[in-house]
Amino acid sequence: MKTRHKRIALIIGGLAVLGLVVALVLNAFQSNLVFFFSPTQVAAGEAPKGKSFRIGGLVKEGTIKREADGVTLRFVMTDTEQDMIVAYKGILPDLFKEGKGAVAQGKLGEDGVFVATEVLAKHDENYMPPEATKALGDAQQRAAANKAAVEATSKTVKQ
Amino acid sequence: MSNKLINWFRFASPQAFYPLAGRMIPWFWALAAVFGIAGLYVGFLVAPTDAQQGEGYRIIFLHVPASWMSMFIYLVMAFWAGLGLAFNFRLSGMMATALAPTGALFTFLSLWTGALWGKPMWGTWWVWDARLTSELILLFLYVGFIALQSAIDDPRRADKAGAILALVGVVNIPIIYFSVKWWNTLHQGSSVSLTKSPSMAMTMLLGMLLCALACWMYAIAVALMRVRTIMLERERHTEWVREELGMKAKEQ
Repeated sequence: MKTRHKRIALIIGGLAVLGLVVALVLNAFQSNLVFFFSPTQVAAGEAPKGKSFRIGGLVKEGTIKREADGVTLRFVMTDTEQDMIVAYKGILPDLFKEGKGAVAQGKLGEDGVFVATEVLAKHDENYMPPEATKALGDAQQRAAANKAAVEATSKTVKQ
Repeated sequence: MSNKLINWFRFASPQAFYPLAGRMIPWFWALAAVFGIAGLYVGFLVAPTDAQQGEGYRIIFLHVPASWMSMFIYLVMAFWAGLGLAFNFRLSGMMATALAPTGALFTFLSLWTGALWGKPMWGTWWVWDARLTSELILLFLYVGFIALQSAIDDPRRADKAGAILALVGVVNIPIIYFSVKWWNTLHQGSSVSLTKSPSMAMTMLLGMLLCALACWMYAIAVALMRVRTIMLERERHTEWVREELGMKAKEQ
């Protein structure tokens, strides 16, 4: 009976100590565990200088533009407080859109333009039928999808 | 009260648990099939197309249940391992050993379906963000547990060594679960959690939960089958195993 209690106490105590150690270590490495920096963090100088890093945020509406060479893309990444211009030459994922999340890897140039070598799309955790999101959108598309929407909404309880 | 306790401990002996597990297995297989068919039906034929991701999101019906199971099975495995360490029940160690391969399978499925999903949506198979990396560590923990146990010949010592590894690895589970909250990651946050209402259309959620139930039933069925084999192997010198096998031989 006594050894059994001792063993249980040892296991629980061991796990508690281990949990504490891991929590402290993770806390110490906090800045190394982030996948990307926000434009605000970059503006505050938290991002590594002269080295490659990632920035994440929303692609600002109406800012995606092709440059004269036809392959380089310029857009503005924002966290709604700070903006950052990103230049990128390469393939974009399908979900890369204005107003949506994205993560770009690259270096910050002298001129304050972030030159990206890779751009990834970051989508949110919301899953819903198109008619639920487009309900806010233009009426033209809604008219076309009207028939399908009526059918689908009868089966679907929206958020 | 005391009566209940006696009944409870009766099934802690392999001899009593072996036939009970044998009777339960077909039921869990049947439930797995029913939930699986219902889940896939709802997932592929009833649930609507996603507004952002189109039809591609439907891999969620395997990805999320597999990820849930990978974490949950680890907790159950560590619970049995810890119980075995504390009380020296023969059955606990066997349960932990029986759960590990299924947990490893679900972890692999989670990583694999995640990669297949990541390429078309994010634009990459793999990134070293906190969620993906901690899930990969979980796979290593499972594989390490299996390797450590099979490297030690004496089952009692193997159970003890495995139990310590399993318990130490438990710290990884909250890290996986909360990684998307604690740090910014490429992986999105949870759509379903205990603290907020799910951010999914109802039919999508229903399909996912049915698939999760199917995975759950499958995991129980397979773990019970495996634990029965382990029991026979470890207790092969005992009277009850000889009787069990002798009886089977006569039946055939």
